[in-house]
Amino acid sequence: MNVIIMGCGRVGAELAHLLDAEGHKVTILDADAANLERLPADFGGVALTGDATDEDVLRKAGIAEADAFVAVTRDDDRNAMAAQIAKQIFDVPKVVCRIYDPLREEFYKSLGLEAISPTLLFARLIREKLGA
Amino acid sequence: MYIIIVGGDEVGSRLGKELLANGHEVLVIERNAERCDHLVNELGSISLCGDGCEMAVLTKAGIARAGMFIAVTHEDDDNLAACQIAKQKFNVPRVIAKVNSPKNEHIFAKLGIEHTVDVVGLVLEHIKEQSGISPLVHLLSLRDEGMEIVLLRVTKDLPIVGKAIRDLPLNQGASSLLLRQGCEPMVHNPATVLEAGDQVILLIRSKNIEPLRASVTGANLGGKQ
Repeated sequence: MNVIIMGCGRVGAELAHLLDAEGHKVTILDADAANLERLPADFGGVALTGDATDEDVLRKAGIAEADAFVAVTRDDDRNAMAAQIAKQIFDVPKVVCRIYDPLREEFYKSLGLEAISPTLLFARLIREKLGA
Repeated sequence: MYIIIVGGDEVGSRLGKELLANGHEVLVIERNAERCDHLVNELGSISLCGDGCEMAVLTKAGIARAGMFIAVTHEDDDNLAACQIAKQKFNVPRVIAKVNSPKNEHIFAKLGIEHTVDVVGLVLEHIKEQSGISPLVHLLSLRDEGMEIVLLRVTKDLPIVGKAIRDLPLNQGASSLLLRQGCEPMVHNPATVLEAGDQVILLIRSKNIEPLRASVTGANLGGKQ
């Protein structure tokens, strides 16, 4: 699978590493070059500096050939915009974005985006652990 | 009408004041605490501190009864998010977004936000107009109609001097108003021959802007009609 990841925070870097280790073609983007240092030394994919809400940056990252696009910056609005560009402008088959705000997660789902709220997931997980 | 503005910088606060003076009910939402203090000093109770992309903040602002929603922050992703929520979640009848990067205009349109304002582009157009650098100045976009109103200044060095208006690459139904020194303004006459010093106000289709620009500066004069 050819995957583009936007946001090289802990989640983005870890996901890039996992997919790369499994043999997928991974391109990861971050507006801040320092964040790309989170990638492991043996990362075999492509790491680029740039803002993925910019369609030219996405084009350079090879979005036209991508099978999947993942937006995991810390900013909900950025993730939502980039994911919508990937889905609506570039017709990427699989698009997933992180939306912290549970209310907005629901809203973007209603627009047809695959949005995941770690806030909700984590709260539910903790509740399970507590056995409450 | 109740109008919500997201983004309280120069654009947002001036717009708020103006709409208020025109008798509208206005609320300006600003996320940055420092700018927010400034806003409260300036506008008083018609400002709200918070993130205008958050449902909870918008609900508190009473978005359900807003007649218009305008997002003018410096971030295009924020303006898009706020406007999409206003339009698609709360069905605000009229939604307008500022775009900071002109290439985002078509993206906003594709994502359901058709009414956008390219503020930097407008500033550049005004500077061009004041400076006389460009012969073609954009005056107004009629987005819904796909038309533009532009001002063409015919200076003596342009290759269109001595050509008729019909030689310009205009679409069918284009209209013009010719301003010539010492003459009454002349309504559209395709046969009129352009003279140095003329100013022509043109109503044309948006897609004809670039061919017209090329033609005016001589890049492809004499091509298609």
